[in-house]
Amino acid sequence: MAKRITLGAVALLLVIASAYASFYIAPQERTMGVIQRIFYFHVASAWAGFTAFLICFIGNLLYVWKRADKYDWLGVSSAEVGLAFTTVVLITGPIWAHPVWGIWWTWDARLTSTFVLWLLYVSYLLLRTLIEEPDRRALLSSLFGIFAFIDVPLVFGAIRWWRTQHPSPVIMGGQGSGLEPTMKAVFFFSVIAMHVFMTFLIVERYILEKTKAEVDILQREVEA
Amino acid sequence: MKNLDSVFAAYIIGWGVFFLFYVTIAKRTADLRAEVERMKARLSTHE
Repeated sequence: MAKRITLGAVALLLVIASAYASFYIAPQERTMGVIQRIFYFHVASAWAGFTAFLICFIGNLLYVWKRADKYDWLGVSSAEVGLAFTTVVLITGPIWAHPVWGIWWTWDARLTSTFVLWLLYVSYLLLRTLIEEPDRRALLSSLFGIFAFIDVPLVFGAIRWWRTQHPSPVIMGGQGSGLEPTMKAVFFFSVIAMHVFMTFLIVERYILEKTKAEVDILQREVEA
Repeated sequence: MKNLDSVFAAYIIGWGVFFLFYVTIAKRTADLRAEVERMKARLSTHE
């Protein structure tokens, strides 16, 4: 419990500090102006979401291999957390896009693949509600989760492989891309803060799943 | 400053989503913990 509170407090301090840095330390971008400050929240959330889906993928693979409940709990916990982060990405993206592009949304490769990613993990969670038998639920959702993860590299690569309305990458974007040093430092600090916050949420969600399993065991004992 | 309201909207809505998500996790966990305690009490009275 003390470790969870410490992790929560550290996550809270880091996200407050990263919000402060995004507004007061990062310099103003020349072309877009103040609206570009959404970048530090939007992109850091996207990266944390990708990491959560990667953890889900690893949990799914381990479940298929070892058939231990803890990997299923890890899979569902990180899928739900990844979905929360992707929801934030899909909300903050259009808020940023509207003043810059003049439109809220366009069906380009990056935006469409991100929306498909969101739909895939909503389906993953819905699938789990449709199957009663725990082992079957865990196996089928793990197999679906492994399939769903295929979209993550597609989202990552969309702005690198195809011409999109979404801006080209400024990190790992090859020649001609990059960020001003202070912007880069603030960005990576925001990424770290969001990853600590994501870890905190996964731990909390994992404990929920573990408690659910405890209820199931006790339920069987009561009924016996 | 132009578009500052959009920046605040993005941060407030985004953190609102995270906050609601955390509250639902905390609420569901608290309900399940109460259920565990209830069942344990029921089992101990049966023994």
